[in-house]
Amino acid sequence: MNVQDSQLTAFRAEAREWLDKNFPKSLANRGDEYFDISPRYPEGEDWAAWRRAMCGRGWGTPTWPTEYGGGGLTRQQALILRDELEKIGAFIPLTGIAVSMFGPTLLEYGTAEQKQRHIPPICAGEMIWCQGYSEPGAGSDLASLKTRAEDIGDEFLVNGQKIWTSGSMHAHWCFCLVRTDTSHKHEGISFLLIDMKTPGVEVRPITLISGKQTFAEVFFTDVKVPKENLVGGLREGWTIAKRLMQFEREGIGARKMTVGELRPLDEVAKEYIGTDDEGRIADLDLRARIVRHQMWERAHRLTVARVADEAKTGPSEATSVLKNAASHALQTRGEMLIEITGFQGIGWEGDDYTQTQRDTIRQMLQAKAHSIYGGTYEVQANIISKRILGMLDHQ
Amino acid sequence: MAVLTEEQTMLRDGAQDWVTDRAPVGAFRKLRDSGAGTMDPALWKEIADMGWAGIVVPEEHGGSDFGLTGMGLVLEEMGKQLVASPLFISGLVAATAFRQMGNAAQQAEWLPKIADGSAIVTLAVDEGNRHDTAKTALTAEASGDGYVLTGTKTMVIDGMDADAMLVLARTSGAPGQVDGLTLLVVPTDAAGVDRHGLVTVDRRGYAKVSFGGVQVGKDAVVGQVGGAHAPLEKVLDVARVGLAAEMLGMCQQAFDTTLAYLKTRVQFNTILAQFQALQHRMADLFMEMQLVRSAVEHAVREIDADSDGAEEAAVLAKAMASDFANKMTRQMIQLHGGIGMTDQYDAGFYIKRSRLLEMTFGNAAQQCERWAQMRGY
Repeated sequence: MNVQDSQLTAFRAEAREWLDKNFPKSLANRGDEYFDISPRYPEGEDWAAWRRAMCGRGWGTPTWPTEYGGGGLTRQQALILRDELEKIGAFIPLTGIAVSMFGPTLLEYGTAEQKQRHIPPICAGEMIWCQGYSEPGAGSDLASLKTRAEDIGDEFLVNGQKIWTSGSMHAHWCFCLVRTDTSHKHEGISFLLIDMKTPGVEVRPITLISGKQTFAEVFFTDVKVPKENLVGGLREGWTIAKRLMQFEREGIGARKMTVGELRPLDEVAKEYIGTDDEGRIADLDLRARIVRHQMWERAHRLTVARVADEAKTGPSEATSVLKNAASHALQTRGEMLIEITGFQGIGWEGDDYTQTQRDTIRQMLQAKAHSIYGGTYEVQANIISKRILGMLDHQ
Repeated sequence: MAVLTEEQTMLRDGAQDWVTDRAPVGAFRKLRDSGAGTMDPALWKEIADMGWAGIVVPEEHGGSDFGLTGMGLVLEEMGKQLVASPLFISGLVAATAFRQMGNAAQQAEWLPKIADGSAIVTLAVDEGNRHDTAKTALTAEASGDGYVLTGTKTMVIDGMDADAMLVLARTSGAPGQVDGLTLLVVPTDAAGVDRHGLVTVDRRGYAKVSFGGVQVGKDAVVGQVGGAHAPLEKVLDVARVGLAAEMLGMCQQAFDTTLAYLKTRVQFNTILAQFQALQHRMADLFMEMQLVRSAVEHAVREIDADSDGAEEAAVLAKAMASDFANKMTRQMIQLHGGIGMTDQYDAGFYIKRSRLLEMTFGNAAQQCERWAQMRGY
C-alpha cells in the first residue's frame, strides 16, 4: 500500500466513525425527500441536526475550499465520503442550485470578496438562490435576453422580466443575466447578483400543469444593484452563464431520479395488472416495454458512472448526452406508471385516489419539464451534434 | 471509453493499427469477390502470431490471460472493419469452454493449440431457427466405451475451417428440457461427420453439420454428463459479451462513416451535416451508442471479476448492442441514400453482418425475456 492509499484508508475510517456518531438513524434512506426542485428542507429536529453536523464540518459541500466553509476534500476523498454515506442510507443534506450550480461557478469566477460574502452562507445551508436566466422572449435562444442593466455611476439600474425562475418565491438572492450592451448579442451580457429584498423586485408564482407552483415570474422595476455585485467583467456574462449551465446539465443528467430508488415498475405492474399462470405480468406487451425501460435506466446509470470515471477536469459536453438520456428515462417511466395504474392513475383530487395515485399523474406531468429546462432536448441535441460531432452550424 | 491500463492501451492500439493496416473491410470485400473462402488463413496466422488467440488462455497453457477485458478490446477493433477470423469462436468461446468446463487433460490438449492458432475449435449448439440450447435434439447415446452422436447442427460458426467442434448433445431427457445435455469435443474429420457450408448474407463461414452415428470416446465429454446446460450458459454469456463488443465496434464505425459522409455530401448547395434534422438524428444515435458502450464495458468487467452481476450484465450488453446495431445499420443506409444501397459501398456489409450478430446466441428479445425472468416478472 502506498502513502496515498493508506491516507485514503485512514480517511474512510475517520468518515465512517464520524458518520456513525452523527447521522440520525431516523433519516436512513430518506434522502429522496431532498430530490425536489424546491429548495426548502424537510422540517424536524433530526433534519436540522444532520444539516448542522454536516455543514459544520463542511461536508455539505465536500470539495469546496475550507476557507469558505467547504470540506476541502480531494475528489477521491469525496467519492469515499459518498460511498460511506450510501452504505448507511445517509445523504448530503444540502440541495438546490446554489450548491449544484452557482457555488461552483462563483468559486471559479468570483472575486475574493464575493466568495467570502456568498459562499459561506451556501455551505451553511442558509442561503437560497434563484436563477434569473429565461425571459418571455428568451427561452432556448437565451442570449436574446432583454433585461437591461444601465450604468448609473456606483450602481446598475435593472429593468426587465425573468420567467421560469425556480424557487424565486423563497430565494434570498438571484444570480441574473442582464444586458449591459445592446450592440452585441452574446458579448453584451453580464452576470449580476441581485438581493431579492431590493425595492422594485416583484415575484409572481406560476401554476403548472401539475398543479405545482415551483416556478415564478420575477419583475425588475428600477432595481438598483451595487457594482460590486458584478461577477467577472462587464460583458463576460455569457461565458460564465455557459459554465454554470454545464454544472446544471451535469446535475440534471446525473441525478438519481429514475434509477433504483423508486419502486420498480414491474412491482407496480404486478400489483395493478396481475400475473398469468407462469408468474409473468399479465400484459405481455407492457412487460416487454418494462424490460427495455429498465435496461435503458441501468445503462444510463452506468454511463453516469463512466463519465465520472473518465472526466479529467470538470464537466464536459457528455452532460448533454446524460441529460437527454435521463429525460427519456424519466418521461417513459411517468407515462408507463399511468398506463399501469389505469383508472386509478388519472385521479387529481379526493379520497377516491390514494396520495401515491394522485402523485402518479402529477409526476408524469411534472416530468415533461425535464426535456425543457436546463436547455431543451433539442438544444442538447444541437450541442451534441455541433460540439461533439463537429457538424456545422445551420446556415 | 473506459479508463484503460497501460497494457490494455497497448493492446487496443496494436489491434487498431493492425486492423486498419492489414484487415480493413476492403480486404474482406476482396476475399468475397475472389470466392476463395470465408476467411483468410494468412490473416489468421498473423492474428495468432500476435498472441490474440491466447488472450483468455492461462499462461501455463501458452496464453496471456488478459481476460475478456483484453479480448473485448480486440473484438471491438475487429468489429469496426468486419474482420473475418475465428478469433471469436475459437480464441474466446472454445477457450472459455475448455477453461471453465474442461478437465486438466482436455485443457492441456486443447488450450495451447487454441492459443497458438494451430487448432480452430468451434461450438455446435444450434439446431432450430432460433438459438435455444434447451431444444437440443441431437443425441449422444452411450455405446461401448463412449458415445455415438446422431443429429444435425446448424449455424456452426467458422464450421468449415474448424478442426474440432464442441457439440451440445442430449444424453437423456427430451428436447425442451435443460437436464440431460452434454458437451462433447468432436474432431471435424471424425467418421460420420458431414459438413456443408452455408452461404449466409454476411458471407462468413457458417456450416451445417450432420452427425451420422459419430463414435467418440468417454474422454470426449467436456464437463458433467447430462449437466452441461448451466455451465454452458455461463460460457455463452461470455460469448454474448464478446459479440456485444464486436457490435459496439461495428456500430462505432458505422456511425463514424455515416458522420464523415454527411460532412462531405452536398445537396441543395448545402453540406448534409448542416441540416438540423440530420444533426438531431446523429445526436440521438450518439447518445444511445454511449449507453451501449457503458453496458458493454460494464459487462466485460463483471465477467472478468466473476461477480454476481455478471449474468445480468451480459444480458444487458447483448440486448442493448443488438437493438442498437440493428438501428445504427438501418440509419447508415438511410443517411447514405442511394449510394448506401449499392454493393460497391461498404454500408451493405455492415447491415448484413449486423443481422447475423444480432441473433447469434440469442437476439435482443430473448435477452429481454431472461431479464424479466431474472427479476421474477
